[in-house]
Amino acid sequence: MQDDVVIRVIAKVMIPAVMLFALYVQFHGDYGPGGGFQAGVIFAAAFVLNAMIFGLNRGRHVWPTGLNLLAICAGVLLYGLTGIASMLLGANYLDYDVLGATPQSGQHIGILLVEFGVGLTVASVMVALFFTFAGRLTHIRLMAKMQVHEEADQRKTKRKAKSTKKRARK
Amino acid sequence: MMQHLPILQVLLPLLGAPLAALLRGRDMAWGLALLLTGAAFLISIILFSQQQMTGETLVYDLGGWPAPIGIVYVIDAASALVLPVISGIAFVATIAARRLVEAEIDARDHALFYAAWLLTIAGMLGQVTTGDAFNIFVFLEISSLSAYALVAMGAGRDRRALPAAFNYLILGTVGATFYVIGLGLLYMLTGTLNLMDLSERLADVQSTRAAFTALAFIALGLFLKMALFPLHFWLVPAYAHAPSAVSALMAATATKVSVYVLIRLVFGVFGIDFPGLADAVGLLVLTLGIAGAFVGTLAAILETDLKKLFAQSSIAQLGYMAIGIGAMSATGLAAAFIHLFNHALMKAALFLAIGAIAAQVGRASMGTIQGAGRQIPLTMTAILVGGLALIGVPLTAGFISKLYLVRALLEQDFWLLAALTFISSALHWPMFGKSLKRLG
Repeated sequence: MQDDVVIRVIAKVMIPAVMLFALYVQFHGDYGPGGGFQAGVIFAAAFVLNAMIFGLNRGRHVWPTGLNLLAICAGVLLYGLTGIASMLLGANYLDYDVLGATPQSGQHIGILLVEFGVGLTVASVMVALFFTFAGRLTHIRLMAKMQVHEEADQRKTKRKAKSTKKRARK
Repeated sequence: MMQHLPILQVLLPLLGAPLAALLRGRDMAWGLALLLTGAAFLISIILFSQQQMTGETLVYDLGGWPAPIGIVYVIDAASALVLPVISGIAFVATIAARRLVEAEIDARDHALFYAAWLLTIAGMLGQVTTGDAFNIFVFLEISSLSAYALVAMGAGRDRRALPAAFNYLILGTVGATFYVIGLGLLYMLTGTLNLMDLSERLADVQSTRAAFTALAFIALGLFLKMALFPLHFWLVPAYAHAPSAVSALMAATATKVSVYVLIRLVFGVFGIDFPGLADAVGLLVLTLGIAGAFVGTLAAILETDLKKLFAQSSIAQLGYMAIGIGAMSATGLAAAFIHLFNHALMKAALFLAIGAIAAQVGRASMGTIQGAGRQIPLTMTAILVGGLALIGVPLTAGFISKLYLVRALLEQDFWLLAALTFISSALHWPMFGKSLKRLG
C-alpha cells in the first residue's frame, strides 16, 4: 500500500493525531469518559496503521519487539507497585488516599498512575498481537515460497540425475 | 505486614510474572519463581495457622473499600485449607520444574514459561482467596489463559500438545462464559457481586426462574472447568501432552480449584435450601460423579501411556469429589474437601514421578517402565505409593477420603451408590496392577 500517495500522506497526517487523541483519552479519563483500556487501544491503532501502510518491517523498526515486551511488563508492574506504595505508606493495597497530601489528591495521583499502567500494557499487548499474527502471514508466505523453490530444486536434481544417467548409458 | 497477608498471597506470584518475563540468563526466572512460590507457601501456612487458632474469618478490603462496595479477600476455614495445598504443590512443582523444563522447553522460552507458570498459580490462589464473584471470573481467566499457553509449550517435544491446548482453550472458554452468564443473571437479580451479600439478597428472589437459570449456568460452567463427566474430554490430551512439570502442577491443582469454587458458590451463595438445588442439581452431580468414576477408571484400564492413564484416573477421582458434593450433607462436603486435599497430593506425586521417569528413560509408557523398578527404585516407589493411595488402600491418604465418602452416602441411605463407589474403587486394581507388574 506504500505506493499510494493519498493513503501515505493521509496516514502521515493521521498517525500523530491518533496518538494525541489517545493521550487525551488517557489523561482525561479521570474527569470524563475514557481511561487506560480505551486509550491503549487507540494508541496501538496508530502503530497498526503505520505497519499496514508502510510495511511490517518498518513497523517493527519503530517499535521493536524487545521494547514491546518491556512495555507490557512495565505497565503491569506500575499498577502493582502503585498498590504496594500505598501498602508501604500504611494503608490497604491500592488505597490511594495516602499517596497525596490530601485524600483527594492521593486518589488523583493513584488513579492516574494505575490507568497509565493499564494504558501502557493494553497498547503494547495490542501491538504484540498485531505483529504476531501479521508476522505469521509473512512467515506462511515465506514457507510457501521456500516450498516452491524446494520443489523446483528437486525437479532440477531429478532432471540432472536423468541426464547423467543418459550420458552414462551413452 | 501481617494484616496484608491475604493480598500478598496472590500479589507475589502475580507481580512476579512480569518480572520473570523480563529476566534473562540461566535459571534467573526459575529462581524468582522458586522464591515467590516458596513465599506464597509460607504465607498460606501462616494464614492457615492464624485462621485455625483464632477461628475467625480474616477479611481484607482492597483499596480500603469495605465489603458490599469494594472487592474483599476472605480467608475462612475452607479457603485457609485449600491455599496451602495449591501453594505447597506449586512450590514443590517449581523445585522439580528446573530440570524438567530444561529438558523439554527451548531455552529462549524459559522466561515466558515461568511468567505463565507464576500467572497460573496466582490465578488459582486468587480464585480461592477472593470474596467477590466477578473477581473469581477474572482469576479463573488468568489461570486458564496461562494454562493454555503452558500446555501449548509442550509442542516442542510433542506436536499433539497444540490441538490439545486448542481444545482446552475452546472448552475452557465455554465454561468461563457460562459462569459469567450465570453471574450476569445473579447481578441483574440482586445488584451485587460480593459473595456474602449475594447469598443474603438471593434469599428474596430464590423462587424466580432467573435465579434457577443462573444456578444452572454457573454449575454447568464449573462442571466444564472441573472436568466432570461427560464434560471431561479436554482434560486427558491436555495433561498427557503438556510439559511434565505443567502436568504435575495442573493435574494436582487446576481442577481442584474449580471444585472449590463450585462448593463455595453452591453451598455458600445459593445455599442448601435453594429450591431445586438439593434434588435437581444434587442428583445430577451425584449421577455424573458415579458415572465419571466408572468411565474414568475403565478408560484408564485401556491406556498404555502412564500420563494418560493417570489423567483418566483423574476423571474418576473428580467423580468421587462430585459424589461428595452431590450427597448434599455436611459429611459429604467434608468428604469432598478431604478428597480434594488428598487427591491433590497423590496426583502431584504421581505426575512428578512420571516427569522424573521421562527425564531418565524417556516417555513413560508400559513399555519403557518395563523393569525400571531396578534402575530407578526411588521414583518407582513413589509411583507405587501414589497408585495405592489412588485405589484407597488402607494406611494411605486415599483410604481416609473413600471412608468419609462411603460414610456420607450411607448416612443418607444411598446403599446402591455406596456399593458402586466401592466397586469403582476396586476397578482401580486392574488399572494400576497392570503397571505394577512391569516394575519388577
